[in-house]
Amino acid sequence: MKGALSLIVKIWKHPQGRVGLLIAGVLVFCAIFAPLIAPYDPYDVTARAEKGLSPSWQHPLGTTISTGQDIFSMLIYGARVSLMVGLITGILTALIGAVMGICAGYVGGLCDTLVMRVVDVMLVIPTLPLTIVLTNLFGKSYFMIIFIFVIFGWTGLARVIRAQVLVLKNSNYVKAAELSGAGRWHIMMRHILPGVSHLLIMNTALSSAGIMVAEAGLSFLGLGDPTAISWGKMLADAQSGGALLFGHWWWIVAPGIGIFLSVFSFMRIGLALEEIFNPRMKRAGAMHRLFRTLNNTYIQKVFAEMDEAEREEAREAAKEKGGAAV
Amino acid sequence: MNNHDKTLVKVENLKVHFPVKGGLPFTKKKFVKAVDGVSIEIHAGETFGLVGESGCGKSTLGNAILGMQKPTEGKIYFKDQDLNALPRKEFKDLRRGMQMIFQDPFSSLNPRFDVYHIIAEPMEIRGGMTDEEIRARVSELLHLVGLSDDDMPRYPSDFSGGQRQRIGIARAIALNPEFLVCDEPVSALDVSVHAQILNLLMDLQKELGITYLFISHNLAVVKDICSHVAVMYLGSMMETGETQKIFKRPMHPYTRSLLSAVLTVDVDNAPQRIILEGDIPSPINTPPGCPFSTRCPYAKEECKKSKPELTELEPGHFVACHFPMMD
Ligand SMILES: Nc1ncnc2c1ncn2[C@@H]1O[C@H](COP(=O)(O)OP(=O)(O)O)[C@@H](O)[C@H]1O
Ligand SMILES: [Mg+2]
Repeated sequence: MKGALSLIVKIWKHPQGRVGLLIAGVLVFCAIFAPLIAPYDPYDVTARAEKGLSPSWQHPLGTTISTGQDIFSMLIYGARVSLMVGLITGILTALIGAVMGICAGYVGGLCDTLVMRVVDVMLVIPTLPLTIVLTNLFGKSYFMIIFIFVIFGWTGLARVIRAQVLVLKNSNYVKAAELSGAGRWHIMMRHILPGVSHLLIMNTALSSAGIMVAEAGLSFLGLGDPTAISWGKMLADAQSGGALLFGHWWWIVAPGIGIFLSVFSFMRIGLALEEIFNPRMKRAGAMHRLFRTLNNTYIQKVFAEMDEAEREEAREAAKEKGGAAV
Repeated sequence: MNNHDKTLVKVENLKVHFPVKGGLPFTKKKFVKAVDGVSIEIHAGETFGLVGESGCGKSTLGNAILGMQKPTEGKIYFKDQDLNALPRKEFKDLRRGMQMIFQDPFSSLNPRFDVYHIIAEPMEIRGGMTDEEIRARVSELLHLVGLSDDDMPRYPSDFSGGQRQRIGIARAIALNPEFLVCDEPVSALDVSVHAQILNLLMDLQKELGITYLFISHNLAVVKDICSHVAVMYLGSMMETGETQKIFKRPMHPYTRSLLSAVLTVDVDNAPQRIILEGDIPSPINTPPGCPFSTRCPYAKEECKKSKPELTELEPGHFVACHFPMMD
C-alpha cells in the first residue's frame, strides 16, 4: 500500500505524469460519483418530449435524437464502463502476457514450447468471426468483450517479452549475479522484470486505450452490451441515431473527447512510469519514441528546417552581393 | 610465496559438447566439440594464460570452470572439491570464491543500476552485511580500482569503456574471491587503456593474492603477465607449460605459427616462422587425428590418423604433437 502511494507521488512529481494523473483523476471521479454528477438518468428513455435538443443550460450536450436521453449524463455514466473495460483489459493483458512471456523465456524447455505453440495458434484464429460466435453463444456482455480482448491480446506481448527475457537471461550481468549466488527469484525481480517493465507499461497503456476504441467498433457492429452505456456505444448510437444527418456534432464529439482524454492520460502516466523505472533510458524508451511522433515534434522539426533553409538562402544571397561588390 | 605450488583449480579431461540444432531426422546427431578433453592445473596465486584463436573454446572452458556450463565429461576441482558433485547449496557457497571479468564492459553492467548498486549487488545477494558495511565496502572497492565515491550515483552510460571495466572488476572482487576468470578483459577496449587495466589487475593480484585464469588471444600480453600458459586449438590443448619455456622454445607448429604472427621484431633469434594458411575447420567435424593436421605444414599420415597425447618434453613443458619441433 505504501509502495503504491509513493509511486503515485513519484508520478505526480513527473511533469508528464501529473497531467496524466489529473485527467485520469477527473475521469475516475466522474465514473465513481456518476449518480451525483449527472443531472439526469441516462437510462431514462421515456422523456420522448425532449428528444433531439441542441445544447442548452438544461441539457449541456443536448439530448439524443431518437429517445431524448441526456447526452451529458450519458457521457458521465459512460466513463464507468469505458474506463473499467479499458483498465481491466489492459492490466489483465499485461499480466497474462508477462507471465506467459517470462515463463517461455526464463523457464524455457517444455514451458517455452507449449506457450509458443499456443501463441502461434492464437495468432491464426480470426478474431472478429470468433467474437460474433462467442457473443451470440454467451450473450453480449462487457465481460465477454473483456474476455475476448484479453485472450487475443496477450499473445503479441508474450512474444515480445519472451524475446527480451532471452536477451536479459543470457546477459553478462545476470551471469555475474549468478556467480555471486543469486537465485532465480533475485534475478527475476532485479534484472528480468525491470528489464521488461517498459514493455509492460507501454502495453498496458496502449491496450487500455486500444480497447476503448475497439469497443466502439464492436458497438457499431451491434456486438456491444445493449444494457450498458459506454463511450463506444454512444458513438455507435450517434451514428445510427442520425447525429450526422441532423448536424448534431456534439453527440459525436463528446464521447470522442472522453476516449481521447483517457487514452491521453493513460499514455502520459505510462510515460512517467517508464521514466521512473528506467531513469537512464529516458531518451531510448519506447514510450518516449512513441511520444516524439505523437507530440508534433515532427512538425516543429520541419518548421525548424524550413527556417534554417531560409537563413541559409539569405546568407547565400548576402555572400553573392558581397562578391558582386568586390 | 610458497603457496604457489598449491593447486587451486584442477580440470581433468574436460569435454563440453553442444548438440547442433536442426539436422535431418534419423541421421546421427552432430555436436560442436567446443572443449574436447582438456586438463589444466592452476596454482594458487599465479596467472594462468589461455590463448588461442577465437572460437577455439576458451570462453567455454572458462564458463565450465565457473560451473556456468555443465561439462559433457570430465571433472573440475576447486580447492580440491569436485564442483559438479556438490549439493546445490555448497556449490553456490564454494563458487562465490570464483568470479569473472567479462570481455564486453558495455553488456556486463546492468544499465538500470547505478554504480553503487552494481558493486553492492554481490554483497546483497550473499547477505549478512548491514547497509553501512556495504556502503563502506563499495567505497573501499571503488578506491581499489581507481574510481571515487562520487561515482556511486552515476550510471554505466556515464563511463568510458575502461572505467566500466574498472566497475566490473570492483564487482568481481567484492566478495573477496580467490580465483578470477578474466575473459579477454581488454580486447574490447581502446588500446590506450589496455596497460592501465592490466596494471590494475596485476596490482590487485599483488595486494589480494587472487589467482587469475587469463584468457586472451594476445600472446604479447600473456607473455608479460602469466607464469603458465596453455595454447588451445579447436577445443584441444596443443602446448602448455611455463611461459618462459614456451616462448623461448615453442615446440608445437601451431604455437610457432601464433608466435610468428606477433613476434616479428626479434627476427634473428626467432625460431623458424610458420605462416598459416586456410581457416580453422568447423568444430562440428573436427579431424579424427590431430586437430591441427589440416593446416599443419609438417603434417604426416600419422597425424591424420591418431590424436597425439600431451607429453612432457622438458620439465614443465607439455606438447601434444607427434613430431614436435625440437630445434
Ligand atoms: N551455448 C552454445 N551453444 C552452441 N555452441 C556454442 C555455445 N557456446 C559456444 N559454442 C561454440 O563453441 C565454440 C567455442 O566457443 P567459445 O568458447 O566462445 O570460443 P572462444 O571464447 O575461444 O572464442 C564455437 O564454435 C561456438 O560456436
Ligand atoms: Mg570468447
